[in-house]
Amino acid sequence: MPTTVPLTWYLILSAILFGLGVAGFLFRRNIITVFMSIELMLNAVNLSFISFSYKWRQVDGHIFSFFVMVVAAAEAAVGLAIILTVFKNRSTLAIDEVNSLKN
Amino acid sequence: MSDNFMPSAVEIMRFMPEIILILVGTIIMVFEPLVDVKRKSALGFVALLGLVGAASATFRAMDNPGPAFQAMLMVDGFANFFRLLVIGVGILTIVASFAYLKREHAESGEYFALILFSIAGQGVMVTANELIMLFIGLEISSIASYVLAGYLRDDKRNNEAALKYFLLGSFATAFLLYGVAWIYGATGTTNLTEIRRVLTNRDLAPAIGLVGTSAALIFVGLAFKVSAAPFQVWAPDVYQGAPAPVSAFLSAGPKAAAFAIFLRVFFTAFEPIADKWQPVIWVSALATMIIGNFAALLQTNIKRLLAYSSIAHAGYVMVAIATHSQIGAAAVMFYMVAYAFMNIGAFAVVTHFSRQGERYVDTDDLAGLGVRQPVTAALLSIFLLSLIGVPLTGGFFGKFYIFKAALDANLVWLTVLGLLNSAVAAYYYLRIIVVMYFREPGESTVDLQPLSPGVLAVLWGSAVATLILGIYPSIVLDFAGKSAALVK
Repeated sequence: MPTTVPLTWYLILSAILFGLGVAGFLFRRNIITVFMSIELMLNAVNLSFISFSYKWRQVDGHIFSFFVMVVAAAEAAVGLAIILTVFKNRSTLAIDEVNSLKN
Repeated sequence: MSDNFMPSAVEIMRFMPEIILILVGTIIMVFEPLVDVKRKSALGFVALLGLVGAASATFRAMDNPGPAFQAMLMVDGFANFFRLLVIGVGILTIVASFAYLKREHAESGEYFALILFSIAGQGVMVTANELIMLFIGLEISSIASYVLAGYLRDDKRNNEAALKYFLLGSFATAFLLYGVAWIYGATGTTNLTEIRRVLTNRDLAPAIGLVGTSAALIFVGLAFKVSAAPFQVWAPDVYQGAPAPVSAFLSAGPKAAAFAIFLRVFFTAFEPIADKWQPVIWVSALATMIIGNFAALLQTNIKRLLAYSSIAHAGYVMVAIATHSQIGAAAVMFYMVAYAFMNIGAFAVVTHFSRQGERYVDTDDLAGLGVRQPVTAALLSIFLLSLIGVPLTGGFFGKFYIFKAALDANLVWLTVLGLLNSAVAAYYYLRIIVVMYFREPGESTVDLQPLSPGVLAVLWGSAVATLILGIYPSIVLDFAGKSAALVK
């Protein structure tokens, strides 16, 4: 019996979370939910970074995950502002209704 | 890695262009509320000064190439080449924007600051020698571009462009990042040269499946940024919806920087598995050219047409990457320069012609432009002929070097199909020229104002540059050839 959770379990969990994020992005119809799916993908990546950092006994992966968090926060600030302007002009958050650009 | 984390003066000099851009951008943001509404364009001149300063700092950095900050950045000729290119794109964009912003009553300092931040991000991208640095540069550039794409907040098309650009862009970045995480897991490093060292070492090399998966994930992320098939869907909507000068910027600046990191990552880090990624790029290049050109045939909106044309051009550049050779890399570099000038020129005409609220953006609206404004029409014709690849223009030599590199690398089929594609492309570009010169002027040209000084300067500058590249390509090509050796 191993005394700790094996590394691969974390990686599998991370892959599942990433896959859920991708599925959410592709199939959800609400803009906010789609955006949350992207955040889920980024956090899945963070989990991978931390696990690999443990594997290599390095601190690098931890630092990378901080960078990812900072970038994700900046992205959220801009993203929510963009979503807000869309809502203000169209009064809807359904992604299928944002389709005025075409021939 | 040394224990001394204090950067030396020479390292700071190598990073000076980005420092200047960020500083000037921040200064503009700080002083923006203090500037009178009518004089906001003065901030644009400050931004131009910043860009000129960054360009001269790049020339200084050229005299002293080398790594910086624990080899996280590699400031070599290749990086400086692309730095100068994106700074040049920034200058042209800002000069072309003054009249547009005034017309849309949207003059503000943020616009100029965002362009500076985006270019600083692209500078970090092209100098990055490490995957995390590359990711951060990409995000600095992208986040600023998302805002720029939706710059006119009350315009529905702008909103939609920004939303689509933002959602698909961050989606792609997540893939890129997951690829970075896996390559870190497989090799224990994110430094590009270190990755290559691990991959070539027989004892250390991880399973090919693992490396291949990471490379594929990174490919997805980068292909999105350069709008290569099958990840090109965002480009038409974004270029159509964004303000015309911003579309010009997006199709030249971020794309050039993305191709630069494409070259660095695949030619340096993944060089040992080149025989695995080459076929993928081959297929993607072909699909990108076909989708771009055939979809462009059907477009009536000129911004959307230029967007599909920009996808097609990304396809040609992918052909050069598929060659996996040094002359291929040089061809990419030359093409990005030629493409930047001709495309910014074409979008600058759209900026001028579309008028307030971008009402006139149909190809048919251009009817009679050759009669009403012969100079504008002539300059647009130069850009369109260059986009076709007619001799004496930069576009000709761009395509010539790409397909020559492809033939040298024995990619005969790709060359043949690529040339057929450029023949198809000639149709939709020539159609615009025909509409301009051989149709009677309609009501769409009645209230056309004369060219504003900014747009005029950009048009002449781009046209002259396009012709110079078509007559003396060696000016750029020699430098590109020398720098291309550095990505190996």
